[in-house]
Formats: sequence, structure tokens, C-alpha cells
Amino acid sequence: MGSSIDLIFKIAGVGILVAVLNAILKHAGKEEQGHIVTLAGLAIVFMWVIQLLATLFEQVKSVFRLY
Amino acid sequence: MDVLQIVAIGLMATVLIGVLRSQRPELAVLLSVAAGVILFLLVLGKIGSIVGIITDLSARAGISMVYLGTIMKIIGIAYIAEFGAQICRDAGEGAVATKIEFAAKILIMVLAVPIVVAVLQSLLKLLGEAG
Repeated sequence: MGSSIDLIFKIAGVGILVAVLNAILKHAGKEEQGHIVTLAGLAIVFMWVIQLLATLFEQVKSVFRLY
Repeated sequence: MDVLQIVAIGLMATVLIGVLRSQRPELAVLLSVAAGVILFLLVLGKIGSIVGIITDLSARAGISMVYLGTIMKIIGIAYIAEFGAQICRDAGEGAVATKIEFAAKILIMVLAVPIVVAVLQSLLKLLGEAG
């Protein structure tokens, strides 16, 4: 359960990091790399959230017997 | 004191989503999904025990498990669909949310058809006996 709450902080951390990196890269005139950073952050967070969603669906399926 | 934990997680997630929303709206959506799933997982175990009690009571009352199973399935479908639709609506995709709700209604209707048929059949039997 502790690890699942960590996930909120991890997502927020990735979000803030991506925003800052994006601002820096934009300032340095490397907008394309900024886009790549955004995409990478989105992919990482998406992986975590998909795994969490899979757990939720499995649990709901077993509790409500949705086979 | 589970409620304190739940409220704390909710408030914390709200603040973090507020920070992210202006910078990275797509990550804010994922963060709100994660917060919703974590909050539901916290109470799902308790829902499981409530379901167990209801199953036990209905077995004692002699209610057929077919009907109870259908009701449980309908509740599960309704919850999952509502969860998905709310997230879509939060992200500004009202159209997708409406379609999810529509699909869930159809699935629930399909599940409920056997019960409706059973009710109608017993009604017809009663009418036959009266007439």
C-alpha cells in the first residue's frame, strides 16, 4: 500500500521534472528535444498507471465475480 | 483511521494535480487516474467483506445465487464504467465519456434480461392460474 501512494509522488515528480526540462530546452533553443522529453515522461508514467489499472480491474473482477 | 488516510491522499493528489495541470495537462490526467485507483483499492477489501456478508445472508434466505451474481456483476460494471467515464470527462472528452456510459448501459441490460424474463414468466403463470 505504501508503494501505491509513492506512485502519486513519483508521477508528480516526473511531471515537474519534465516541465522544468522542457523550459530549459526551450530556452536553449532545442524544442525538438523538449518534445522527446515530454513523450518519454508520458510513456514512463503511462506504464505505471496501466499496471495500477490492471490491478484495479483484476481486484474488481474478483470482488464482483465479473468473469 | 482509514478515513484520515483517504482524505490525506485525496487532498495531496488534488494539490499535485493543480500544480501539474497548467504545465503538463496529460500528466495531470494520469495522476488523477492513479489517485482514483489508489483510493478505490484502499476500500476494495472492505467492499469484498460486505459482498461476502450479503452472499451469506442471501444463501440463508434461500435466494438463488444466479440473481445475486447478476446484481454483483451489474454493480461491478457500473462502477468500472463510471470510473472510466469520469476520467474521460475530467480530461475534457465528454463525447467519449458518454459512449462509455452508453456501452455500460447496454451490457447491464443484457445481464438483466434473464431476470426480466423470469419476472414476466411468473407473472404470466399467475395470470394463467387466475384465468
